[in-house]
Amino acid sequence: MSLLTVKENMVMVNNGNIDIASSIANNNVVFDTKELNLWYGETHALKDINLKIKENEVTAIIGPSGCGKSTYLKTLNRMVELVPTVRTTGEISYKGQSILDKSFKVENLRTRVGMVFQKPNPFPKSIYDNIAYGPRIHGIRNKKILDEIVEKSLRGAYIWDEVKDRLKENAYGLSGGQQQRLCIARTLAIEPDVILMDEPTSALDPKSTLKIEDLVQELKKDYSIIIVTHNMQQAARISDRTAFFLDGEVVEFDVTDTIFTKPNDSRTEDYISGRFG
Amino acid sequence: MAANENNKNTAIDVKGMIAKNKQGKSLSSITEKLIPVVLFLFAIITVFTTVGIVITLLTETIEFFKRVPIWDFFTGTVLKPMSQNPEFGVLPLLNGTIISSTIAMLVAGPIGLMAAIYLSEYASDRVRKVLKPMLEILAGIPTIVYGFFAFTFVTPLIRSIWPDVAATNILSPGIVMGIMIIPMIASLSEDAMSSVPNAMREGALGLGATKLETTFKVVIPAALSGIIASFVLGISRAIGETMIVTIASGSSKNFTFDITQSMQTMTAYIVEVSGGEAAAGTTIYYSLYAVAMTLFVFTLLMNLLARYVSRRFREEY
Repeated sequence: MSLLTVKENMVMVNNGNIDIASSIANNNVVFDTKELNLWYGETHALKDINLKIKENEVTAIIGPSGCGKSTYLKTLNRMVELVPTVRTTGEISYKGQSILDKSFKVENLRTRVGMVFQKPNPFPKSIYDNIAYGPRIHGIRNKKILDEIVEKSLRGAYIWDEVKDRLKENAYGLSGGQQQRLCIARTLAIEPDVILMDEPTSALDPKSTLKIEDLVQELKKDYSIIIVTHNMQQAARISDRTAFFLDGEVVEFDVTDTIFTKPNDSRTEDYISGRFG
Repeated sequence: MAANENNKNTAIDVKGMIAKNKQGKSLSSITEKLIPVVLFLFAIITVFTTVGIVITLLTETIEFFKRVPIWDFFTGTVLKPMSQNPEFGVLPLLNGTIISSTIAMLVAGPIGLMAAIYLSEYASDRVRKVLKPMLEILAGIPTIVYGFFAFTFVTPLIRSIWPDVAATNILSPGIVMGIMIIPMIASLSEDAMSSVPNAMREGALGLGATKLETTFKVVIPAALSGIIASFVLGISRAIGETMIVTIASGSSKNFTFDITQSMQTMTAYIVEVSGGEAAAGTTIYYSLYAVAMTLFVFTLLMNLLARYVSRRFREEY
């Protein structure tokens, strides 16, 4: 990828409406999924998934409970392997590298592909140590540099002003919405390329949800974001492209506007109009 | 509605049955009020027992200190209770207890913690289901068996490698006490670590941490208060352990730091003296209570320390 196209893409995104033709024309694919199948034991959870996810966009994954959307997201940073019985076939390439290969070092992948979870999960440590955790395990120990990273990350997640006077306090003293933004800041601290978000607002109140959504809009200037959400309005508000999952298959994947205004598949239309799910 | 009424009349009359059963309610309401009182009495038994023990210990200890000055007792390095001119210095016993407990913890601490880490973080469900009960069997072995194990197996083994070691010594029972305590530390630490929410591990793994980094920098700090509590319980157990040291360390009241020699612990002293020639009313007899009181205070302090430390290091999640 060239710097120029990234910038073009950013300008495009900043203008609000996406120029479909040019966004399809540019080839900045972060995740290229080909014929992905996944089983939990005997359960066939993902069936022949083919998706190309683009850089510096917000890609939303929607679908009813149990459709495999979270599973797919967790496959992208191989978190899904924490389930002992999981088995996959097919291929996912991250910027041209095949990541499902066992020889691919999963720690390197997760350093480039950060994740924000459904329930805020800060460590039971101070706010400062939560942010510094990632840089520290990757060998950054200089106090001054860490201080800078902590401030930059917290600013990046729009939580700096709320916590700057209490960096040494336990993160569990924060509200749920603050904790989730802290977790986003924790991810930003190691400067990943991609941020995966697994229903990041489902445990939050509407006001905190709004803050996270605004944050996502800001973050897509520098990061590619893939967000799983139950909330279709949220997908419509914040994403550039939307994939609709049903029973482990991708029913439709298109520019968000198209999905919500003139979907190709009748099942997509039924779902977004609230007829099921 | 009509169908409903009909149903009520022909089928079982639940409402009527409940009303009928409620008539005997006066009796049950008395029981309801009485039960908490009875339960309270049972609960208070433990308090009375503790108070009773402390009072007994205290009165007899005071009697002892009327005969032997308290200063001589706590600073004396010679313990010769059966001699013509008896001396009652408790330091040899305190020393024996501290050394044997230290050896035990040097064995049980690292092994127990490593076992806990393996069981909690690395073992598959199947392995854990086999290993943990086996570990807990180790905790169920009577201490007298451990004592014999120390005397007839571990001591000869040590002496074959290190001939300077005496036939009765503090090293062997110390090691065997450690083996005895391993399951306690492993099991309690494992409980503490398994109760750390998986979300914590996911958070660390999601940042690119390896399993080892996750274990040592997230799971163990989060479980630290439980781990420390298990260590302190282990120490208390070592301090209070009687049979193993009685059998394998002999009854020499040496005041030494040489672990190859025989030493006596406070507990072993109590066993020796109370099983032998301590006629009621003699100074030796009262010395039992003074030693027991020291032991009691010692373990009490350990428990208080444990509470303080585990509160101090608690990571709330």
